[in-house]
Amino acid sequence: MSIIVDKNTKVIVQGLTGKTGTFHTEQALQYYGTQMVAGVHPKKGGESWTSGLDSAASLPIFATVGEAKEATGADASVIYVPPAGAGAAIIEAIDAEIPFIVCITEGIPVMDMVKVKDRLDKSSSMLLGPNCPGILTPEECKIGIMPGSIFKKGSVGVVSRSGTLTYEAVFQTSQVGLGQTTAVGIGGDPVKGTEFIDVLEKFLADDETKSIIMIGEIGGSAEEDAAQFLADEAKKGRSKPTVGFIAGRTAPPGRTMGHAGAIVSGGKGGAEDKIAAMEAAGIKVSPSPARLGTTLAELLKS
Amino acid sequence: MNIHEHQAKAVLKSFGAPVAEGVAIFSAEDAAAAADQLPGPLWVVKSQIHAGGRGKGKFKELGPDAKGGVRLAFSKEDVVKNAKEMLGNTLVTHQTGPEGKQVNRLYIEDGADIATELYCSLLVNRETGQVAFVVSTEGGMDIEEVAAETPEKIQTIDVDPATGVTDASAAAVCDALKLEGQARDDMMGLAKILYTAFCEKDMSMLEINPLIVMDNGHVRVLDAKVSFDGNALFRHPDIMELRDTTEEDAKEIEASKYDLAYVALDGDIGCMVNGAGLAMATMDIIKLYGAEPANFLDVGGGATTEKVTAAFKIITADPNVKGILVNIFGGIMRCDVIAEGVVTAVKDVGLQVPLVVRLEGTNVEKGKSIINESGLNVIAADDLDDAAQKIVAAVKEAN
Repeated sequence: MSIIVDKNTKVIVQGLTGKTGTFHTEQALQYYGTQMVAGVHPKKGGESWTSGLDSAASLPIFATVGEAKEATGADASVIYVPPAGAGAAIIEAIDAEIPFIVCITEGIPVMDMVKVKDRLDKSSSMLLGPNCPGILTPEECKIGIMPGSIFKKGSVGVVSRSGTLTYEAVFQTSQVGLGQTTAVGIGGDPVKGTEFIDVLEKFLADDETKSIIMIGEIGGSAEEDAAQFLADEAKKGRSKPTVGFIAGRTAPPGRTMGHAGAIVSGGKGGAEDKIAAMEAAGIKVSPSPARLGTTLAELLKS
Repeated sequence: MNIHEHQAKAVLKSFGAPVAEGVAIFSAEDAAAAADQLPGPLWVVKSQIHAGGRGKGKFKELGPDAKGGVRLAFSKEDVVKNAKEMLGNTLVTHQTGPEGKQVNRLYIEDGADIATELYCSLLVNRETGQVAFVVSTEGGMDIEEVAAETPEKIQTIDVDPATGVTDASAAAVCDALKLEGQARDDMMGLAKILYTAFCEKDMSMLEINPLIVMDNGHVRVLDAKVSFDGNALFRHPDIMELRDTTEEDAKEIEASKYDLAYVALDGDIGCMVNGAGLAMATMDIIKLYGAEPANFLDVGGGATTEKVTAAFKIITADPNVKGILVNIFGGIMRCDVIAEGVVTAVKDVGLQVPLVVRLEGTNVEKGKSIINESGLNVIAADDLDDAAQKIVAAVKEAN
């Protein structure tokens, strides 16, 4: 099993015809035949898109998300629309009742996300991102920009706020032979859809997921909330061996570290508090980002 | 992006917020004329720098007994005298760091009779995903101290984005500030004004400390600190014009031209990394092995050879850098692009310090062979642990 996406997931692409959308859709089609089923472009409805890697791989383009969903039965949408229009693209997907929406776009204005969040909370859609690498279930489905080559089908659930650190965790768990059930990048923006807890709940419920790697970073309190959640679930007898890492131990307060959400301000969001909360919840926190895989392998042996 | 107090007040005034009359000056020669434009008998001379704590700050050049960065003047002559003393000198506050900031402009403002000092800020509450008022009756103090010592005196009031500030939420703000009578009437309106300004101008923080109630019962914005969401500046050309690059680090300005996320730090190992999380983790691992990073630098996901070359030049231009660590996990970013950028930059600017390169992910073999065939003196690393140990050791050895 896996979480959220598998080989049956049908995906439409908002922003397919741009350079980024085209590149990553080509990659997704090449990855174990991920079911990319259509593109959306307001002015190119009725046209079609063809992969540069495989001339047989052609997708219809619809003018709206609603039409694309109607025609294809899609259950997911991935968004590569540039930042100025990405908020509206998410809202269009929510209004079309797409069950699972992944927004890769980086740099969406926070106020646009405040509007998105309001609509999202009143809907039944699930949003991953924005500013995230997406989600990948090895050998089944790749939505987003993660490099497929480092994955290996296996037993670790990976959830991370950082894109490239997701790759570290995936690569390292592949190297130690454990492999992954699903890897989920929740993204580094302050206002976003899916949080750690949403993903952890699914990993706990998934029989194939035997252990978890959770990667957080400075800013906000999502890691503390997630640690509390795992501690509460453990009391109910639901727990899985978990390794954690927090990026930004050395970041100076008041300075934003690349991600709009990565800032220690007002004495809140510091790495040490997060690490303490995670350790108190029984998570083995690795001091080094290079030892996520080995730390988990050792934890599973002990 | 941050702006100066006088600019922030002008923005708030355009939405109808009550602020004092004032004039910004860049030269002490203009001080007298500025004071003439204001009614008196009390003037305030305020240093305009992008840092808080100005009132308690000290000028480096004036010695410990001199007055701070915000001064009261009781005559026009006094305004001129203070302006001469402050302009061009370096103000050190708890937010500037020991090196301080040069004061290049002053704001001469009409003085106010203060009855009460309050605190009011707006920000995006990441836990709820809504804009929130953060208010306290403890105004005029460092709010972080209040948060640490008497957190119960700070209240957060979220605003539903579907409705905006309703009478109920404005009343909640007034209640939290314990406002009555005229001041309460003023604040009911001001809460809506501040929220509108915050949303329409895509602010990331709006802090009024203090918000005052005057002897006449009216409220006034006495100090204002505003920063804007950098991702939304594209739709606010008027705000872009308020940018003061003299307040920013020269290397950070250069980096922003190439769309690189760069933050200057105090250590001696320069880092070039793709991805914000991995960049922070790389800083952390350098520290774990006993050294300090000289910077945070995220080249991003879609970097070109040109961008990588620019990044490398910014790192090597920092005289504190005694060694460089390039750490790339290619996803969208291809290792060969990074390798070509590094080789081009080294050929351009030379290499006076040890360089460790760790490449992994998309096109890693191609990237490694570009580095190997370049003939450059590059130390290759197998993984992140190996890379961090090697650069720390190489810097120790070289010094």
